[in-house]
Amino acid sequence: MARMKFLCDAERCIECNGCVTACKQENDVPWGVNRRRVVTINDGVPGERSISVACMHCSDAPCMAVCPVDCFYHTEEGVVLHDKDLCIGCGYCFYACPFGAPQFPQQGAFGVRGKMDKCTFCAGGPEKDNSPEEFAKYGRNRLAEGKLPACAEMCSTKALLAGDGEVISVIYRQRVTLRAARGTRSGPPWGWDSAYGPATQAGAPAQPPGPAPAAQGGKS
Amino acid sequence: MMRAMGLMLLCSLLFALAACGERAQVVNYKQGTYQGKPDTPPYQNPPFNGDKAAWERELATRAQAQNEYKRTH
Repeated sequence: MARMKFLCDAERCIECNGCVTACKQENDVPWGVNRRRVVTINDGVPGERSISVACMHCSDAPCMAVCPVDCFYHTEEGVVLHDKDLCIGCGYCFYACPFGAPQFPQQGAFGVRGKMDKCTFCAGGPEKDNSPEEFAKYGRNRLAEGKLPACAEMCSTKALLAGDGEVISVIYRQRVTLRAARGTRSGPPWGWDSAYGPATQAGAPAQPPGPAPAAQGGKS
Repeated sequence: MMRAMGLMLLCSLLFALAACGERAQVVNYKQGTYQGKPDTPPYQNPPFNGDKAAWERELATRAQAQNEYKRTH
């Protein structure tokens, strides 16, 4: 086995937030903490794209590098996990992470910040697998049950892929090849090319009826 | 002449064996300075009970469930 990875297909993501909901439900994530979120660029403008983001389980993880108490570790599958018993909730990992993955439970604007919480690739943490202690601290350990992360398995359009990097890259490559074979640009509209009506010219989707869309702006 | 041929044979043998010293170019995760509790591999406990191959097969099967081209065609 190579290593566990997430791969989000921006051509397919429809910003339904099903992955966010599945993650929260599966891991009983507390209020105010989002291990996963959907980021949309050019929201409401033809050609908008959404992508589901969580911990990317980096090979050379910056959170691991900056942690003052060394509570992060890599599993042999390449998943970055941490020990909540050791975490002091300092927030360095939040500043170091380029994806904003580390989350901190907090009560009010000036409340006490809790221990860091982040995506575990549904692999639990350093407690006995599928024990109540593991679930309470880290959420469900689906990997130990032979399952993939809930966010990807629940994705309705299969935009979000999870699993062995080599396997999911083959799945993604097959998709891209089929899209090209179907000719999304010059042939029948498919995916985002058909989202706002037929294309007016090669590659450019038609403008939606009604008033012009508001100024471009990102939404997370 | 024989000496030169022997030398060439030796050189070719060394060249052929050069690839044997090549290291695998994959990430080797080290625990580094991790201070927390040890974690067990995901296949260590039931239902897999240490059978890594069965666990990998199960994950490979589930990964293909994400490929709807394979599911529908």
